Amino acid sequence: MMNPVQRTVFRSVLVLIGMFAFAFALVPLYDVFCRVTGLNGKVDERAQSLVSEEVDQSRWVTVQFITRSGSGLPWILDVEQRQVRVNPGQPTEIDFVFTNQSAVAQSGRAVPSVSPSRASRHLRKVNCFCFEEQRLEAGERIELPLVFQLTRDLPEDVNTVTLVYTLYPVDEDKAQLQAQAAPAPGGDA
Amino acid sequence: MAPKLPPHHSLQHSSTTAAAGGQVHDDHDHHPQPRGIMRWLLTTNHKEIGSLYLIFSLIMFFIGGIFALVVRAELFQPGLNLVNPEFFNQMTTMHGLIMVFAAVMPAFTGLANWMIPLQIGAPDMALPRLNNFSFWLLPVAFILLLSTLLMPGGGPNFGWTFYAPLSTTYAPPSTTFFILSLHIAGVSSILGAINIVATILNMRAPGMRMMDMPLFVWTWLITAFLLIAVMPVLAGVITMMLMDINFGTSFFDAAGGGDPVLFQHLFWFFGHPEVYIMILPAFGIVSAIIPCFARKRLFGYASMVYATASIAVLSFLVWAHHMFVVGLPLAAELFFMYTTMLIAVPTGVKVFNWITTLFRGSITFEVPMLFALAFVVLFTIGGFSGLMLAIAPADFQYHDTYFVVAHFHYVLVPGAVFSIMAAVYFWLPKWTGHYPSEILGKWHFWLSVIGVNLTFFPMHFSGLAGMPRRIPDYALQFADFNLVSSLGAFLFGFSQLIFVWVIIKCVRGGVKAPAKAWDGAEDLEWTVPSPAPLHTFETPPDFKPVQH
Amino acid sequence: MRKLLALMTGGGSLLGGASLAQANGWNMPVGVTDLSAEIYSLHMTIFWICVVIGVVVFGVMFYSLFKFRRSKGAKSSHFHENTTVEVIWTAVPLLILVGMAVPATATLQKMYDTSDAELDVMITGQQWRWRYEYLGEDVAFNSNMSTPRAQISGEEDRGEHYLLEVDEPLVLPINRKVRFLLTADDVIHSWWVPDFAVKQDTIPGFINENWVRINEPGIYRGQCAELCGMDHGFMPIVVHAMEEDDFDDWLAERKEAAEAEAMGVDREWEMAELMERGEQVYGSICASCHQADGSGSPPAFPALAGNQELIDDVDWHIDVVLNGVSGTAMPAFRSNLNPVELAAVVTYSRNAWGNDTGDAVQPAEIVELLE
Repeated sequence: MMNPVQRTVFRSVLVLIGMFAFAFALVPLYDVFCRVTGLNGKVDERAQSLVSEEVDQSRWVTVQFITRSGSGLPWILDVEQRQVRVNPGQPTEIDFVFTNQSAVAQSGRAVPSVSPSRASRHLRKVNCFCFEEQRLEAGERIELPLVFQLTRDLPEDVNTVTLVYTLYPVDEDKAQLQAQAAPAPGGDA
Repeated sequence: MAPKLPPHHSLQHSSTTAAAGGQVHDDHDHHPQPRGIMRWLLTTNHKEIGSLYLIFSLIMFFIGGIFALVVRAELFQPGLNLVNPEFFNQMTTMHGLIMVFAAVMPAFTGLANWMIPLQIGAPDMALPRLNNFSFWLLPVAFILLLSTLLMPGGGPNFGWTFYAPLSTTYAPPSTTFFILSLHIAGVSSILGAINIVATILNMRAPGMRMMDMPLFVWTWLITAFLLIAVMPVLAGVITMMLMDINFGTSFFDAAGGGDPVLFQHLFWFFGHPEVYIMILPAFGIVSAIIPCFARKRLFGYASMVYATASIAVLSFLVWAHHMFVVGLPLAAELFFMYTTMLIAVPTGVKVFNWITTLFRGSITFEVPMLFALAFVVLFTIGGFSGLMLAIAPADFQYHDTYFVVAHFHYVLVPGAVFSIMAAVYFWLPKWTGHYPSEILGKWHFWLSVIGVNLTFFPMHFSGLAGMPRRIPDYALQFADFNLVSSLGAFLFGFSQLIFVWVIIKCVRGGVKAPAKAWDGAEDLEWTVPSPAPLHTFETPPDFKPVQH
Repeated sequence: MRKLLALMTGGGSLLGGASLAQANGWNMPVGVTDLSAEIYSLHMTIFWICVVIGVVVFGVMFYSLFKFRRSKGAKSSHFHENTTVEVIWTAVPLLILVGMAVPATATLQKMYDTSDAELDVMITGQQWRWRYEYLGEDVAFNSNMSTPRAQISGEEDRGEHYLLEVDEPLVLPINRKVRFLLTADDVIHSWWVPDFAVKQDTIPGFINENWVRINEPGIYRGQCAELCGMDHGFMPIVVHAMEEDDFDDWLAERKEAAEAEAMGVDREWEMAELMERGEQVYGSICASCHQADGSGSPPAFPALAGNQELIDDVDWHIDVVLNGVSGTAMPAFRSNLNPVELAAVVTYSRNAWGNDTGDAVQPAEIVELLE
């Protein structure tokens, strides 16, 4: 049997291990929390189905698209329309153009962020290039669609939704490592 | 605090004594002890280890202080006059890290080591060998941390809060060593905390119930729980940093699907309780000193315990008030604003209790009392600015300005640091057998009070007027405030030499102190001789609780 | 309670406000937006509540310290517990806090209402400058600190707006709701203009929102508020707020100027022309890391002067400037600078400080790479 001191120490160590694990558990928990609440403008990175609901003809919402490129990736991401006006409930398709300007094939990924963040829960993406990384040959140019729908329960006072895509290079060695390190967040790299 | 420690008696080495909890005590110190340096390396005695902690933290207090003076010297006048911005950032970072992890925390652990066994009537800490180990981790950790300053690319330069990605993707190469040193320091704190919990829960004198314990013991018990709960979170977050830097993960890197804001959530989930780790033991110290020199029992002992516990619980629910401008949703801003404001309630209760203790007492103003009274006043001022910072809309203006710097220095310097100084003056007679010099102590006190206020009060104004934190050079309208702050900082810094002088003088001699060194002192430590012999309470004391 | 608050705010603006805040440099600015004024009065209200509590608490404390000194023969009483007073001093502060929380909540709700903006400006933080883009207007530019390094080192006298001046201020119209979209390219920065009470972190990969409606024309200054590395102290913000008509004229002018510069890319540029323009661009964009003399500060910021890799390989050099280097502080300038600026700055760094390669990179070559 353990004496009282040992028992105290044993319990403390259990708490200790629990809290260390908790810190790592917070990573996926935070991610889930963000997706549910739209915190930080994070959006669900999996394809969602369309909600079949009646289009709200009486209400117009402006959806803006902004594309940016991070350093280390000589690509250009362009969007055919910088902004569209849509009715909540109505599915819309927008084409994005990726161009690899460099002389080497490379992989990249467009990381999305939505503003205002409380709108992100109401933005359903049926099809998006941001779900997966793209690999472009030297000089290649591809067109990829984004199909989205704003749900009708979008808060009344939101009349502009901004969707920003930032292009980041995908380091192939790093991506492999990441696949091994299980708790990496947003683990669809 | 005393290099020439409790006389090295070897009497009282009778037989193994069953301690309070009934367990058999280690016979760790029943062999002829090694001498010289080996004695200190191998000691398992709580008093010697307590002294080691205190001496270590005093040295680190001066090193961190020198870094602060480099910062203040650079900010003395506009322009880049002494150091380049890169080195300036290393100085602000190192100042913060050293003061938090190497000065304030070890000082409290040192006081706990010395005083908790004496206050609860235990012969030693519950785990003496572990105690030795947790101390000796500290010099290793901080020599490693300080050595990063000499590495190529310099030491940590991303602020003591080390926000990613500045501390990951954009960090100097030495960051891996910074992480390692913080890991070691964290292990040391955790082991120290486990030891304290085990001691307090199991080794109290027979008859001492939890609600009979002195408040210093109570506040430390709660602090130790906080440490056990949050230091692993810090360990987790720096492990993630390490993986991001060296193993290609992307916890905090948006490019790989991570999130830099996640770092801040994790950091402050540790960081806010950490703030209370640095202040709760101070509450305990002040709650011992004020009744002693007011010659009146502490008012509202039970409510003090409950207030401390509720502050500890609330500390887990307020972390995002450090992040009001990162773009939290409205609901989160409101939640964290309300919980943060709530902390004012138990803190207020404590201040009211101290003041009511003074009311209709019989008050004298010895040096420990002076520091404790200054603590109450200046900590409360820091509390007021804290309340202002809690108001989220106004925080959009205060955040990351010198107003914040003023706030947390008011709660940490005349708060935590003054309480440590008060404790040293209060318990020096017990440690050395001599009273510290009253005249020098008063000089030290008054110069420190003036220095602290000259340094930090103007920062409220420069912050409100728009000066951001952590800048090596500033616009001309902030020049006057910075000049005063720098002068105050040098005054405060150099007055601490008097403190060292007082301690050395007191160790070497002075007016002899009786067992009960202060006539209003009540707790168990005042029943053993002064200086406290190396081994005390080998036979559990006869404890008679006062009616609480 | 409300009345009391209003009274105290009034007292605040009389005492603290009128004399201190207006004289500026002591207190939070009242600012030039409705919200900044509201935040100011909230700040003063809380401040005066704290002062009143402080006077009462410290009053009792100092009274006790004087009255109950042992040297005056005070004998201590024995009371040490009273549940009633504990309940009172728990409940009363709670009520005061509720009184503070009500106006704070209302203000916060207004700050979060970014709807119905008439102009969108995207603000990007970079080590160590700001980039402003007027969305949908094709106007974008960088804003760098313009205080000369000689003033910082003290070789020159410091000007009135030392460290708070930029080469190109953000220009905004008054009386229109402007929405800011904020992000960063490298580390976290924070965009702060005290007169607007707008402070918002810019986070790489994520987007934040804030907004402003300015009431008075003028020039408003602020600074980066989040530690972002070496030159964190040297990335000021200057906003020039104009009457609406003036703003529309300015915007039109900027669009024309951008088109005119775009025309310049087709012609052949002289070496001297490129070097002159390049030195200017280098000074405002590159010198903060790579130093004015090209010596850099290794290992974080490599030297350009005598850099063999750079001298040998012009294509690599252009690629680095255009696309940045992933995982380092070197950003991609492909969309931050126009082709003329890009060609000029590459030419400059290939020929300055004894690099002397003799290469004159033409804007047209850059345009080709960008298409």
